[in-house]
Amino acid sequence: MAEHNYSLAELLIVASAEAWRGDGEIMATGIGPLPRIGASLAKASFSPLIQTTDSETWYTSEPVPPGKRLAEPELEGMANYDRVFSTLWSGKRHAMVGPVQIDRYGQANISVIGDHKKPKSAMLGARGFPGNSISHPNSFFFPSHNKRAFVAGEVDFVCMAGYNPARYMDGKPPAGLDLRIIVTNLCVMDFGGPDHAIRIKSLHPGVTFEEVQENTDFPIARPEGEIPVTPAPTAEQLALLAELDPNGVRHTVLKDNPPGDRSAAA
Amino acid sequence: MTMATLDKRMTADEIIGQLSDGMTIGIGGWATRRKPMALVRAILRSKLKDLTVVAYGGPDVGMLAAAGKIRKLVFAFVTLDHYPLEPHFRAGRQAGAFEVMELDEGMFHWGLRAAAMKLPFLPTRVGIGTDIINQPGFKFVKSPYEDGETLVAMPALKLDVALIHAHRSDERGNILTLSADPFFDELMVRAADKAFVSVEKIVTTAELDMAVNGRFNLVERSQITGVSEIPFGAHPTSASPDYHLDLKHIKTYVDSAASPEAWSDYRGRFIDIGQDDYAAAVGGAEAIMALPKAIY
Repeated sequence: MAEHNYSLAELLIVASAEAWRGDGEIMATGIGPLPRIGASLAKASFSPLIQTTDSETWYTSEPVPPGKRLAEPELEGMANYDRVFSTLWSGKRHAMVGPVQIDRYGQANISVIGDHKKPKSAMLGARGFPGNSISHPNSFFFPSHNKRAFVAGEVDFVCMAGYNPARYMDGKPPAGLDLRIIVTNLCVMDFGGPDHAIRIKSLHPGVTFEEVQENTDFPIARPEGEIPVTPAPTAEQLALLAELDPNGVRHTVLKDNPPGDRSAAA
Repeated sequence: MTMATLDKRMTADEIIGQLSDGMTIGIGGWATRRKPMALVRAILRSKLKDLTVVAYGGPDVGMLAAAGKIRKLVFAFVTLDHYPLEPHFRAGRQAGAFEVMELDEGMFHWGLRAAAMKLPFLPTRVGIGTDIINQPGFKFVKSPYEDGETLVAMPALKLDVALIHAHRSDERGNILTLSADPFFDELMVRAADKAFVSVEKIVTTAELDMAVNGRFNLVERSQITGVSEIPFGAHPTSASPDYHLDLKHIKTYVDSAASPEAWSDYRGRFIDIGQDDYAAAVGGAEAIMALPKAIY
Protein backbone atom coordinates (compact mmCIF):
# COMPACT_ATOMS: atom_id res chain seq x y z
CA MET A 1 0.00 0.00 0.00
CA ALA A 2 2.70 2.43 1.03
CA GLU A 3 4.47 3.44 -2.15
CA HIS A 4 7.39 5.05 -0.40
CA ASN A 5 10.36 3.25 1.11
CA TYR A 6 11.12 3.60 4.76
CA SER A 7 13.74 2.16 7.04
CA LEU A 8 13.22 0.09 10.17
CA ALA A 9 14.67 3.02 12.14
CA GLU A 10 11.99 5.31 10.71
CA LEU A 11 9.28 2.78 11.54
CA LEU A 12 10.59 2.61 15.12
CA ILE A 13 10.70 6.40 15.43
CA VAL A 14 7.08 6.66 14.33
CA ALA A 15 6.08 3.83 16.69
CA SER A 16 8.00 5.53 19.53
CA ALA A 17 6.33 8.87 18.86
CA GLU A 18 2.99 7.19 19.57
CA ALA A 19 4.06 6.87 23.23
CA TRP A 20 3.48 10.61 23.65
CA ARG A 21 0.17 10.78 21.76
CA GLY A 22 -2.42 12.43 23.95
CA ASP A 23 0.18 13.88 26.33
CA GLY A 24 -0.30 17.52 27.27
CA GLU A 25 2.15 19.92 28.89
CA ILE A 26 4.61 17.39 30.22
CA MET A 27 8.34 16.84 29.91
CA ALA A 28 8.97 14.29 27.14
CA THR A 29 12.30 12.50 27.42
CA GLY A 30 13.47 10.06 24.76
CA ILE A 31 16.76 8.43 25.75
CA GLY A 32 18.83 7.39 22.74
CA PRO A 33 18.61 8.82 19.23
CA LEU A 34 15.50 7.00 17.93
CA PRO A 35 13.23 7.61 20.98
CA ARG A 36 14.53 11.18 21.05
CA ILE A 37 13.59 11.75 17.41
CA GLY A 38 10.29 10.04 18.26
CA ALA A 39 9.61 12.67 20.93
CA SER A 40 10.57 15.35 18.40
CA LEU A 41 8.10 13.90 15.89
CA ALA A 42 5.31 13.78 18.49
CA LYS A 43 5.96 17.41 19.40
CA ALA A 44 6.15 18.53 15.78
CA SER A 45 2.89 16.81 14.86
CA PHE A 46 0.19 15.41 17.15
CA SER A 47 1.42 16.40 20.64
CA PRO A 48 2.52 20.03 20.29
CA LEU A 49 2.21 20.80 24.01
CA ILE A 50 4.95 18.45 25.23
CA GLN A 51 8.26 19.97 26.28
CA THR A 52 11.58 18.63 25.03
CA THR A 53 15.10 19.65 26.00
CA ASP A 54 18.54 20.14 24.51
CA SER A 55 19.49 16.94 26.42
CA GLU A 56 21.50 19.07 28.80
CA THR A 57 20.00 22.00 30.69
CA TRP A 58 17.22 23.78 28.80
CA TYR A 59 13.72 23.32 27.44
CA THR A 60 13.68 24.46 23.83
CA SER A 61 10.81 25.94 21.80
CA GLU A 62 11.43 23.49 18.96
CA PRO A 63 12.89 19.98 19.10
CA VAL A 64 16.69 19.96 18.94
CA PRO A 65 18.14 17.62 16.30
CA PRO A 66 20.57 14.95 17.44
CA GLY A 67 24.15 15.61 16.39
CA LYS A 68 25.44 18.85 14.93
CA ARG A 69 23.23 21.88 15.57
CA LEU A 70 22.48 23.95 12.50
CA ALA A 71 21.33 26.86 14.64
CA GLU A 72 21.30 27.71 18.33
CA PRO A 73 17.90 26.58 19.64
CA GLU A 74 15.51 29.07 21.20
CA LEU A 75 15.44 28.29 24.92
CA GLU A 76 12.04 28.37 26.59
CA GLY A 77 12.80 27.24 30.11
CA MET A 78 15.25 25.83 32.63
CA ALA A 79 15.69 22.06 32.96
CA ASN A 80 18.60 21.75 35.35
CA TYR A 81 18.76 18.52 37.33
CA ASP A 82 17.20 19.88 40.50
CA ARG A 83 14.25 21.04 38.39
CA VAL A 84 14.08 17.72 36.56
CA PHE A 85 13.71 15.86 39.87
CA SER A 86 10.93 18.23 40.96
CA THR A 87 9.20 17.75 37.62
CA LEU A 88 9.47 13.99 37.58
CA TRP A 89 8.30 13.61 41.17
CA SER A 90 5.25 15.69 40.23
CA GLY A 91 4.41 13.10 37.57
CA LYS A 92 4.54 15.62 34.70
CA ARG A 93 6.92 13.62 32.56
CA HIS A 94 6.84 10.69 30.19
CA ALA A 95 10.16 9.04 29.42
CA MET A 96 11.08 6.40 26.89
CA VAL A 97 14.19 4.62 28.09
CA GLY A 98 16.42 1.87 26.75
CA PRO A 99 17.26 -0.63 29.49
CA VAL A 100 19.57 -3.60 29.03
CA GLN A 101 17.10 -6.09 30.52
CA ILE A 102 13.36 -6.19 31.10
CA ASP A 103 11.24 -8.95 32.65
CA ARG A 104 7.60 -10.06 32.50
CA TYR A 105 6.65 -7.50 35.18
CA GLY A 106 8.15 -4.58 33.27
CA GLN A 107 10.98 -4.40 35.80
CA ALA A 108 14.06 -3.03 34.05
CA ASN A 109 17.81 -3.01 34.62
CA ILE A 110 20.70 -0.79 33.51
CA SER A 111 22.97 -1.42 36.51
CA VAL A 112 24.73 -4.78 36.35
CA ILE A 113 24.69 -8.18 34.71
CA GLY A 114 25.34 -10.84 37.33
CA ASP A 115 25.87 -10.42 41.06
CA HIS A 116 25.57 -6.85 42.32
CA LYS A 117 28.58 -7.14 44.65
CA LYS A 118 30.91 -8.40 41.95
CA PRO A 119 29.12 -8.12 38.63
CA LYS A 120 30.03 -9.91 35.46
CA SER A 121 29.32 -6.64 33.70
CA ALA A 122 29.03 -3.28 35.46
CA MET A 123 27.07 -0.77 33.43
CA LEU A 124 25.81 2.69 34.33
CA GLY A 125 24.18 2.32 37.72
CA ALA A 126 20.48 2.78 38.44
CA ARG A 127 20.55 6.45 37.38
CA GLY A 128 17.07 7.97 37.76
CA PHE A 129 15.23 4.75 36.91
CA PRO A 130 13.85 3.96 40.39
CA GLY A 131 12.30 7.40 40.84
CA ASN A 132 11.09 7.64 37.26
CA SER A 133 9.37 4.28 37.46
CA ILE A 134 7.12 5.13 40.40
CA SER A 135 6.51 8.77 39.55
CA HIS A 136 5.46 9.17 35.92
CA PRO A 137 4.57 7.22 32.76
CA ASN A 138 7.42 5.28 31.18
CA SER A 139 7.85 3.53 27.87
CA PHE A 140 10.72 1.39 26.61
CA PHE A 141 12.86 0.99 23.53
CA PHE A 142 14.86 -2.10 22.58
CA PRO A 143 16.75 -2.09 19.25
CA SER A 144 17.47 -5.84 19.60
CA HIS A 145 14.58 -7.98 20.75
CA ASN A 146 16.15 -11.17 22.15
CA LYS A 147 16.24 -13.37 25.24
CA ARG A 148 19.22 -11.56 26.70
CA ALA A 149 17.04 -8.44 26.89
CA PHE A 150 13.62 -10.04 27.56
CA VAL A 151 14.66 -12.30 30.41
CA ALA A 152 13.06 -15.15 32.34
CA GLY A 153 12.36 -14.63 36.04
CA GLU A 154 13.43 -11.17 37.17
CA VAL A 155 16.11 -8.85 35.78
CA ASP A 156 19.51 -9.12 37.50
CA PHE A 157 19.10 -5.85 39.43
CA VAL A 158 15.69 -4.19 39.51
CA CYS A 159 16.31 -0.50 38.75
CA MET A 160 12.76 0.24 37.58
CA ALA A 161 9.76 -0.98 39.51
CA GLY A 162 7.21 -3.02 37.58
CA TYR A 163 3.89 -4.76 38.12
CA ASN A 164 5.36 -7.30 40.53
CA PRO A 165 3.11 -7.74 43.61
CA ALA A 166 5.96 -9.44 45.52
CA ARG A 167 7.74 -6.09 45.61
CA TYR A 168 4.74 -3.85 46.37
CA MET A 169 4.72 -1.86 49.60
CA ASP A 170 1.56 -2.02 51.72
CA GLY A 171 0.14 -4.51 49.21
CA LYS A 172 -0.46 -1.85 46.54
CA PRO A 173 1.38 -0.95 43.34
CA PRO A 174 3.26 2.36 43.69
CA ALA A 175 0.76 5.14 42.93
CA GLY A 176 2.73 6.58 40.03
CA LEU A 177 3.62 3.27 38.37
CA ASP A 178 2.35 3.57 34.79
CA LEU A 179 4.15 1.54 32.14
CA ARG A 180 2.94 2.32 28.63
CA ILE A 181 4.54 0.79 25.54
CA ILE A 182 7.61 -1.20 24.52
CA VAL A 183 8.98 -0.57 21.03
CA THR A 184 11.43 -3.15 19.67
CA ASN A 185 12.90 -4.04 16.29
CA LEU A 186 10.17 -6.70 16.00
CA CYS A 187 6.99 -5.24 17.46
CA VAL A 188 5.19 -2.86 19.77
CA MET A 189 3.91 -4.21 23.08
CA ASP A 190 1.94 -2.80 25.98
CA PHE A 191 1.01 -3.94 29.48
CA GLY A 192 -2.59 -4.78 28.63
CA GLY A 193 -2.47 -8.52 29.30
CA PRO A 194 -3.90 -10.21 32.43
CA ASP A 195 -2.47 -8.54 35.59
CA HIS A 196 -0.56 -6.06 33.42
CA ALA A 197 1.20 -8.84 31.51
CA ILE A 198 3.19 -7.71 28.49
CA ARG A 199 0.99 -8.04 25.40
CA ILE A 200 1.59 -7.63 21.70
CA LYS A 201 0.05 -4.45 20.35
CA SER A 202 1.32 -4.62 16.76
CA LEU A 203 3.84 -6.60 14.73
CA HIS A 204 6.22 -4.86 12.39
CA PRO A 205 5.66 -5.72 8.69
CA GLY A 206 6.78 -9.29 8.00
CA VAL A 207 7.19 -10.30 11.68
CA THR A 208 5.14 -13.11 13.24
CA PHE A 209 3.90 -13.56 16.80
CA GLU A 210 5.92 -16.78 16.98
CA GLU A 211 9.13 -14.97 16.13
CA VAL A 212 8.53 -12.46 18.93
CA GLN A 213 7.73 -15.24 21.40
CA GLU A 214 10.85 -17.19 20.38
CA ASN A 215 12.95 -14.16 21.19
CA THR A 216 11.29 -13.51 24.55
CA ASP A 217 12.12 -15.59 27.64
CA PHE A 218 8.64 -15.24 29.17
CA PRO A 219 5.15 -15.78 27.76
CA ILE A 220 3.72 -12.83 25.85
CA ALA A 221 0.00 -12.16 25.92
CA ARG A 222 -1.87 -12.15 22.63
CA PRO A 223 -4.66 -9.69 21.91
CA GLU A 224 -8.09 -10.86 20.80
CA GLY A 225 -8.41 -11.39 17.07
CA GLU A 226 -5.87 -10.55 14.42
CA ILE A 227 -2.73 -8.74 15.54
CA PRO A 228 -2.41 -5.35 13.80
CA VAL A 229 0.64 -4.46 11.73
CA THR A 230 2.64 -1.49 13.00
CA PRO A 231 1.61 1.47 10.80
CA ALA A 232 4.19 2.49 8.23
CA PRO A 233 5.41 6.08 8.36
CA THR A 234 3.37 8.35 6.12
CA ALA A 235 5.02 10.46 3.45
CA GLU A 236 4.32 13.51 5.64
CA GLN A 237 6.04 11.85 8.61
CA LEU A 238 9.08 10.93 6.53
CA ALA A 239 9.35 14.52 5.31
CA LEU A 240 9.10 15.73 8.90
CA LEU A 241 11.81 13.29 10.00
CA ALA A 242 14.16 14.74 7.39
CA GLU A 243 13.62 18.14 9.03
CA LEU A 244 13.84 16.90 12.62
CA ASP A 245 16.99 14.85 11.95
CA PRO A 246 18.87 16.82 9.30
CA ASN A 247 22.14 15.07 10.19
CA GLY A 248 20.63 11.70 9.30
CA VAL A 249 21.50 10.19 12.68
CA ARG A 250 18.52 7.82 12.24
CA HIS A 251 20.27 6.12 9.32
CA THR A 252 23.29 5.20 11.47
CA VAL A 253 21.70 3.71 14.60
CA LEU A 254 20.72 0.22 13.40
CA LYS A 255 23.34 -2.00 11.74
CA ASP A 256 23.13 -1.72 7.92
CA ASN A 257 20.04 0.51 8.27
CA PRO A 258 17.57 -2.26 7.31
CA PRO A 259 14.25 -1.56 5.53
CA GLY A 260 11.10 -1.20 7.62
CA ASP A 261 9.15 -3.80 5.67
CA ARG A 262 10.97 -7.11 5.45
CA SER A 263 8.72 -8.48 2.73
CA ALA A 264 9.46 -5.45 0.58
CA ALA A 265 13.17 -6.16 0.98
CA ALA A 266 12.87 -9.78 -0.13
CA MET B 1 38.39 45.65 59.56
CA THR B 2 38.61 41.99 60.50
CA MET B 3 37.26 40.95 57.09
CA ALA B 4 40.51 41.91 55.44
CA THR B 5 42.30 39.16 57.37
CA LEU B 6 39.84 36.44 56.38
CA ASP B 7 42.01 34.67 53.84
CA LYS B 8 40.97 31.12 52.90
CA ARG B 9 43.35 30.67 50.01
CA MET B 10 45.13 27.31 49.99
CA THR B 11 47.13 25.22 47.56
CA ALA B 12 45.72 21.95 46.27
CA ASP B 13 48.26 20.05 48.34
CA GLU B 14 47.29 21.97 51.47
CA ILE B 15 43.67 20.98 50.83
CA ILE B 16 44.56 17.33 50.34
CA GLY B 17 46.67 17.58 53.52
CA GLN B 18 43.43 18.20 55.43
CA LEU B 19 42.06 14.82 54.37
CA SER B 20 42.82 11.55 56.08
CA ASP B 21 42.54 7.81 55.44
CA GLY B 22 39.04 6.40 55.75
CA MET B 23 37.24 9.71 55.29
CA THR B 24 33.93 10.12 53.50
CA ILE B 25 34.46 12.55 50.65
CA GLY B 26 31.77 14.09 48.47
CA ILE B 27 32.83 15.21 45.01
CA GLY B 28 30.72 17.85 43.26
CA GLY B 29 29.76 18.21 39.60
CA TRP B 30 27.95 15.67 37.46
CA ALA B 31 29.59 13.00 35.22
CA THR B 32 31.65 15.02 32.71
CA ARG B 33 30.65 18.43 34.04
CA ARG B 34 32.46 20.66 36.53
CA LYS B 35 34.36 18.00 38.42
CA PRO B 36 37.18 19.22 40.73
CA MET B 37 39.65 17.15 38.72
CA ALA B 38 42.81 18.96 39.86
CA LEU B 39 41.94 18.09 43.47
CA VAL B 40 41.18 14.51 42.43
CA ARG B 41 44.57 14.26 40.70
CA ALA B 42 46.16 15.63 43.89
CA ILE B 43 44.48 12.80 45.84
CA LEU B 44 45.96 10.34 43.36
CA ARG B 45 49.43 11.75 44.05
CA SER B 46 48.88 11.47 47.82
CA LYS B 47 49.10 8.46 50.15
CA LEU B 48 45.39 8.71 51.06
CA LYS B 49 43.53 5.42 51.12
CA ASP B 50 40.29 3.65 52.12
CA LEU B 51 38.08 6.55 51.08
CA THR B 52 34.31 6.46 50.95
CA VAL B 53 33.51 8.43 47.82
CA VAL B 54 30.08 10.02 47.31
CA ALA B 55 29.56 11.35 43.79
CA TYR B 56 27.43 11.76 40.69
CA GLY B 57 30.32 9.96 39.10
CA GLY B 58 32.48 10.66 36.09
CA PRO B 59 36.25 10.46 35.56
CA ASP B 60 36.73 11.52 39.19
CA VAL B 61 35.39 8.17 40.38
CA GLY B 62 37.13 6.30 37.56
CA MET B 63 40.56 7.73 38.43
CA LEU B 64 40.14 7.12 42.15
CA ALA B 65 39.08 3.54 41.36
CA ALA B 66 42.04 3.03 39.03
CA ALA B 67 44.38 4.25 41.77
CA GLY B 68 42.83 1.93 44.37
CA LYS B 69 41.76 4.81 46.62
CA ILE B 70 38.14 3.71 47.09
CA ARG B 71 36.93 1.49 49.92
CA LYS B 72 33.26 2.27 49.35
CA LEU B 73 31.42 4.11 46.61
CA VAL B 74 28.04 5.80 47.08
CA PHE B 75 26.66 6.50 43.61
CA ALA B 76 23.68 6.55 41.25
CA PHE B 77 25.81 6.26 38.12
CA VAL B 78 29.36 6.57 36.90
CA THR B 79 29.57 7.64 33.26
CA LEU B 80 31.58 9.66 30.76
CA ASP B 81 28.35 10.67 28.92
CA HIS B 82 29.68 10.38 25.35
CA TYR B 83 31.44 7.19 26.43
CA PRO B 84 28.61 5.85 28.56
CA LEU B 85 30.55 3.12 30.36
CA GLU B 86 33.36 4.41 32.61
CA PRO B 87 36.09 1.82 32.03
CA HIS B 88 38.05 2.15 35.29
CA PHE B 89 34.88 2.13 37.39
CA ARG B 90 33.72 -0.97 35.50
CA ALA B 91 37.01 -2.74 36.04
CA GLY B 92 36.90 -1.95 39.76
CA ARG B 93 33.28 -3.06 40.12
CA GLN B 94 33.86 -6.26 38.17
CA ALA B 95 36.88 -7.08 40.33
CA GLY B 96 34.82 -6.46 43.48
CA ALA B 97 37.50 -3.93 44.43
CA PHE B 98 35.21 -1.75 46.54
CA GLU B 99 31.88 -1.87 48.35
CA VAL B 100 28.97 0.06 46.91
CA MET B 101 25.78 1.73 47.95
CA GLU B 102 23.81 2.25 44.75
CA LEU B 103 21.11 4.92 44.75
CA ASP B 104 18.63 6.60 42.48
CA GLU B 105 19.85 10.06 41.35
CA GLY B 106 17.06 11.81 43.22
CA MET B 107 17.48 9.71 46.38
CA PHE B 108 21.13 10.67 46.34
CA HIS B 109 20.18 14.35 46.44
CA TRP B 110 17.63 13.55 49.15
CA GLY B 111 20.37 11.95 51.27
CA LEU B 112 22.58 15.01 50.86
CA ARG B 113 19.64 17.23 51.74
CA ALA B 114 18.96 15.24 54.91
CA ALA B 115 22.60 15.66 55.95
CA ALA B 116 22.48 19.36 55.05
CA MET B 117 19.39 19.75 57.27
CA LYS B 118 21.05 17.70 60.03
CA LEU B 119 18.23 15.17 59.84
CA PRO B 120 18.83 11.41 60.19
CA PHE B 121 16.77 10.69 57.07
CA LEU B 122 14.18 12.05 54.68
CA PRO B 123 11.18 9.99 53.61
CA THR B 124 10.67 9.12 49.97
CA ARG B 125 8.84 6.64 47.79
CA VAL B 126 11.85 6.35 45.51
CA GLY B 127 13.38 2.89 45.67
CA ILE B 128 10.11 1.09 46.33
CA GLY B 129 9.68 -1.86 44.01
CA THR B 130 13.41 -2.00 43.17
CA ASP B 131 16.55 -3.75 44.38
CA ILE B 132 17.95 -0.43 45.64
CA ILE B 133 16.15 -0.86 48.96
CA ASN B 134 17.28 -4.47 49.30
CA GLN B 135 20.84 -3.30 49.86
CA PRO B 136 22.05 -3.11 53.47
CA GLY B 137 21.48 0.22 55.16
CA PHE B 138 17.89 0.97 54.19
CA LYS B 139 15.05 1.21 56.70
CA PHE B 140 11.42 2.21 56.36
CA VAL B 141 9.11 4.59 58.13
CA LYS B 142 5.33 4.68 58.39
CA SER B 143 3.60 7.99 57.85
CA PRO B 144 2.13 9.08 61.22
CA TYR B 145 -0.74 10.77 59.38
CA GLU B 146 -4.00 9.23 58.21
CA ASP B 147 -2.52 7.84 55.01
CA GLY B 148 -0.29 5.48 57.02
CA GLU B 149 1.89 4.96 53.98
CA THR B 150 5.16 3.03 54.29
CA LEU B 151 8.03 5.08 52.93
CA VAL B 152 11.75 4.61 52.44
CA ALA B 153 13.80 6.43 55.09
CA MET B 154 16.63 7.68 52.90
CA PRO B 155 19.58 7.96 55.31
CA ALA B 156 21.51 11.23 55.53
CA LEU B 157 24.67 11.15 53.39
CA LYS B 158 26.91 12.83 55.94
CA LEU B 159 30.28 13.86 54.50
CA ASP B 160 33.57 14.60 56.22
CA VAL B 161 34.70 16.71 53.31
CA ALA B 162 33.18 18.11 50.11
CA LEU B 163 35.37 18.97 47.13
CA ILE B 164 33.76 21.11 44.43
CA HIS B 165 34.85 23.24 41.50
CA ALA B 166 33.51 26.76 40.93
CA HIS B 167 34.34 29.63 38.60
CA ARG B 168 35.17 32.58 40.86
CA SER B 169 35.88 33.27 44.48
CA ASP B 170 37.25 36.01 46.61
CA GLU B 171 39.83 35.32 49.32
CA ARG B 172 37.09 34.88 51.90
CA GLY B 173 35.41 31.98 50.14
CA ASN B 174 32.50 33.84 48.58
CA ILE B 175 32.12 31.68 45.48
CA LEU B 176 30.31 31.96 42.16
CA THR B 177 29.23 28.92 40.16
CA LEU B 178 28.49 30.49 36.79
CA SER B 179 27.32 27.45 34.81
CA ALA B 180 23.64 27.11 33.97
CA ASP B 181 23.27 23.95 36.05
CA PRO B 182 24.69 24.13 39.57
CA PHE B 183 23.98 20.41 40.11
CA PHE B 184 23.95 19.52 43.81
CA ASP B 185 27.18 21.22 44.88
CA GLU B 186 25.35 23.35 47.43
CA LEU B 187 24.00 20.28 49.19
CA MET B 188 27.41 18.58 49.01
CA VAL B 189 28.91 21.55 50.82
CA ARG B 190 26.14 21.70 53.41
CA ALA B 191 26.32 17.93 54.01
CA ALA B 192 30.04 18.17 54.83
CA ASP B 193 32.00 19.20 57.91
CA LYS B 194 34.53 20.94 55.68
CA ALA B 195 34.26 22.09 52.08
CA PHE B 196 37.10 22.97 49.75
CA VAL B 197 36.63 24.68 46.42
CA SER B 198 38.94 24.88 43.44
CA VAL B 199 38.13 27.94 41.35
CA GLU B 200 39.19 29.19 37.96
CA LYS B 201 40.07 32.61 39.31
CA ILE B 202 40.28 34.39 42.64
CA VAL B 203 39.11 37.98 42.32
CA THR B 204 38.28 40.85 44.65
CA THR B 205 34.95 40.83 46.41
CA ALA B 206 33.89 43.86 44.36
CA GLU B 207 34.69 41.97 41.16
CA LEU B 208 32.26 39.20 42.14
CA ASP B 209 29.56 41.82 41.43
CA MET B 210 27.10 40.12 43.76
CA ALA B 211 24.26 42.50 42.89
CA VAL B 212 24.27 40.95 39.43
CA ASN B 213 25.64 37.48 40.20
CA GLY B 214 23.93 36.73 43.51
CA ARG B 215 22.01 33.75 42.16
CA PHE B 216 25.30 32.10 41.20
CA ASN B 217 26.48 32.28 44.83
CA LEU B 218 25.29 28.81 45.87
CA VAL B 219 26.31 28.89 49.48
CA GLU B 220 27.56 31.38 52.05
CA ARG B 221 31.25 31.61 52.89
CA SER B 222 30.76 30.27 56.43
CA GLN B 223 30.36 26.84 54.77
CA ILE B 224 33.63 27.11 52.86
CA THR B 225 36.86 26.07 54.55
CA GLY B 226 39.31 26.78 51.76
CA VAL B 227 39.57 28.01 48.18
CA SER B 228 42.32 27.28 45.72
CA GLU B 229 42.88 29.12 42.45
CA ILE B 230 43.47 26.37 39.90
CA PRO B 231 42.92 27.50 36.31
CA PHE B 232 41.48 24.63 34.25
CA GLY B 233 40.93 22.79 37.53
CA ALA B 234 37.94 20.92 36.06
CA HIS B 235 39.71 19.75 32.90
CA PRO B 236 39.05 17.36 31.13
CA THR B 237 35.46 17.92 32.36
CA SER B 238 33.73 21.18 31.47
CA ALA B 239 33.56 24.39 33.45
CA SER B 240 31.29 26.25 31.06
CA PRO B 241 30.98 29.14 30.40
CA ASP B 242 34.75 29.38 30.98
CA TYR B 243 35.65 26.29 28.92
CA HIS B 244 34.02 23.16 27.57
CA LEU B 245 34.44 19.40 27.81
CA ASP B 246 37.65 18.05 26.25
CA LEU B 247 36.25 15.04 24.39
CA LYS B 248 39.59 14.20 22.83
CA HIS B 249 41.21 14.00 26.22
CA ILE B 250 38.30 11.94 27.54
CA LYS B 251 39.08 9.49 24.73
CA THR B 252 42.74 9.43 25.79
CA TYR B 253 41.57 8.76 29.33
CA VAL B 254 39.22 5.96 28.17
CA ASP B 255 42.12 4.37 26.30
CA SER B 256 44.17 4.41 29.52
CA ALA B 257 42.02 1.53 30.78
CA ALA B 258 43.24 -0.80 28.04
CA SER B 259 46.08 -2.22 30.17
CA PRO B 260 48.04 -1.52 33.37
CA GLU B 261 50.80 -0.10 31.14
CA ALA B 262 48.34 2.27 29.45
CA TRP B 263 47.13 3.50 32.84
CA SER B 264 50.65 3.93 34.10
CA ASP B 265 51.49 5.90 30.96
CA TYR B 266 48.43 8.13 31.49
CA ARG B 267 49.40 8.69 35.14
CA GLY B 268 52.91 9.65 34.15
CA ARG B 269 51.82 12.08 31.48
CA PHE B 270 48.88 13.80 33.17
CA ILE B 271 48.73 13.08 36.90
CA ASP B 272 52.20 12.55 38.36
CA ILE B 273 53.55 15.65 36.58
CA GLY B 274 51.59 17.90 38.95
CA GLN B 275 49.12 20.67 38.22
CA ASP B 276 51.64 23.36 37.22
CA ASP B 277 52.59 21.47 34.07
CA TYR B 278 49.13 20.03 33.47
CA ALA B 279 47.69 22.60 31.06
CA ALA B 280 50.77 22.36 28.82
CA ALA B 281 50.56 18.54 28.90
CA VAL B 282 46.96 18.56 27.65
CA GLY B 283 47.63 20.96 24.80
CA GLY B 284 47.98 24.37 26.45
CA ALA B 285 45.67 27.05 27.79
CA GLU B 286 44.71 28.40 24.38
CA ALA B 287 43.62 24.98 23.16
CA ILE B 288 41.48 24.47 26.27
CA MET B 289 39.87 27.88 25.86
CA ALA B 290 39.10 27.02 22.22
CA LEU B 291 37.34 23.70 22.96
CA PRO B 292 33.93 23.62 21.25
CA LYS B 293 30.74 23.35 23.29
CA ALA B 294 29.94 19.67 23.74
CA ILE B 295 26.63 18.38 22.39
CA TYR B 296 24.72 16.02 24.67
